[in-house]
Amino acid sequence: MTDLLFIVFAGLALLCGFLTVANPFTRSPVASALFLVLTMVWLSGLFVLLHAFFIAAVQILVYAGAVMVLFLFVIMMLDLREEERRQWNRFGVAAGLIAVAGLLGITVLTVVRSGISGETEATLEGTTPLLGTALFTQYLLPFEIVSVVLLVAMVGVILLSKRELK
Amino acid sequence: MDWTFLIFTLVKIAVVFAVVMTMVAYAVLVERKVSAFIQDRVGPNRAAPFFARYIPFLGPRLVRWGIFQPVADALKAILKEDYTPAHVRKVYFWIAPAIAMVPALLTLAVIPFGSQIGSQKMVIADLDVGILYTFGIVSLGVYGIVLAGYAANSKYPFLGGIRSSAQMISYEISMGLSVIPVFLLVGSLNLSDVIGNQSGSLLNWHVVKQPLAFFIFLIAAFAETNRLPFDLPEAETELVGGYHTEYSSMKFALFFLGEYAAMISVSAMMVTLFLGGWTLPFLGLDQPAATIGMGLVHILIFLMKLCFLLLIIIWVRWMLPRFRYDQLMDLGWRRFIPVALANIILTAAVLAFVRS
Repeated sequence: MTDLLFIVFAGLALLCGFLTVANPFTRSPVASALFLVLTMVWLSGLFVLLHAFFIAAVQILVYAGAVMVLFLFVIMMLDLREEERRQWNRFGVAAGLIAVAGLLGITVLTVVRSGISGETEATLEGTTPLLGTALFTQYLLPFEIVSVVLLVAMVGVILLSKRELK
Repeated sequence: MDWTFLIFTLVKIAVVFAVVMTMVAYAVLVERKVSAFIQDRVGPNRAAPFFARYIPFLGPRLVRWGIFQPVADALKAILKEDYTPAHVRKVYFWIAPAIAMVPALLTLAVIPFGSQIGSQKMVIADLDVGILYTFGIVSLGVYGIVLAGYAANSKYPFLGGIRSSAQMISYEISMGLSVIPVFLLVGSLNLSDVIGNQSGSLLNWHVVKQPLAFFIFLIAAFAETNRLPFDLPEAETELVGGYHTEYSSMKFALFFLGEYAAMISVSAMMVTLFLGGWTLPFLGLDQPAATIGMGLVHILIFLMKLCFLLLIIIWVRWMLPRFRYDQLMDLGWRRFIPVALANIILTAAVLAFVRS
């Protein structure tokens, strides 16, 4: 049952991910954004299969529910016809392929070096208190650093969006 | 896969769906009757099937109360011409009403609407991350409206869609922050634990312990369901009908049903989080039911609390004028978010002090 669901979720995630970047039917950025939302939803399904319910819920809440709505919000404000008319750009394709290959390489290398076998059981069986405890004791410093980075980004955005500071 | 589990879950889903759909239909009737009462009118009192006049005594009264009106409304919505304007983006135009409807129903999956009947817990899915699931699904509700606004490909619906996405994201933040103190008190995200924590005495209800959190949640709920005083995405006087201007027939009815289903699910959340869920603090009604009868009584208690909140939401709509958009944003970002954050810090400090 779990294996079947894994194949379904992973397959749909890959399909929707592909349709996000290279949809043969339309070049509308709105369609891309919506397929990205669907990809997020299937990914959270994969998290559920790993018993990581907290991550699955947060994935939907933060990415599908908030980040992508803002993306859609901005995309809808833009002039989409210009985007749909745009031709393939050789430099863009090359740069994109290199970036993707690089990311893939890093991911594969990390997974191989970490020595994870396919049989590894989840250590934090998804319960929220355990996750919270781990974040605030063992991983406190990285957690705080990430928070500060986000805060800096927020302050930066406010600074950029205010043309004239009083 | 356990077959009894599968069958019982399917039965629960079917029953909850049927009850919610009936409640939606009659919430519309209550809305019209309450508005009529407030504005000194009569409200729907004409719709009558042919057999109504043969029912002695009760027949004419049922007609006058408008009991048959929802049936007539539903038939009208189904039979009306489903018109698709030529300039719309067809795919989005077709899926938007469905997307608007579904999240409101999915939210109900984790709400414990009763204690237990026999050995079956009266909740469709007893998740450990219950509240995060509800917030996740509620946050998806905005897509239906945004897509409807975008699909219509004309100005007023588009403005409605843009307004709703900004409004719903803003109020999601204050809504999410407002419930954190409740979970600081409970120590678990599971909604059944939240109800267990409120049993015993009326003073244990979170509405008494956390009145500020309840207040913020209630106001944010109005904004999340696009109800007056925050119904700016569909403000008739400014935007014709907002995001559903171009819709007709059953597609329009789906938006309408979605709005009322969202009202029901957000009220169910409030009952669970703040009003003690299916418990009452006397006659031993706060313990899981031992008999089938008690189980049904618990469900009845839950439904009565739910109807009470629905009545408040409907009542507010006809008593308050609409906010201006900048007032709405100001209220969300500059009043509620700081107050909710202060509430979290205060609750955490008090709890740390008490428990040490």
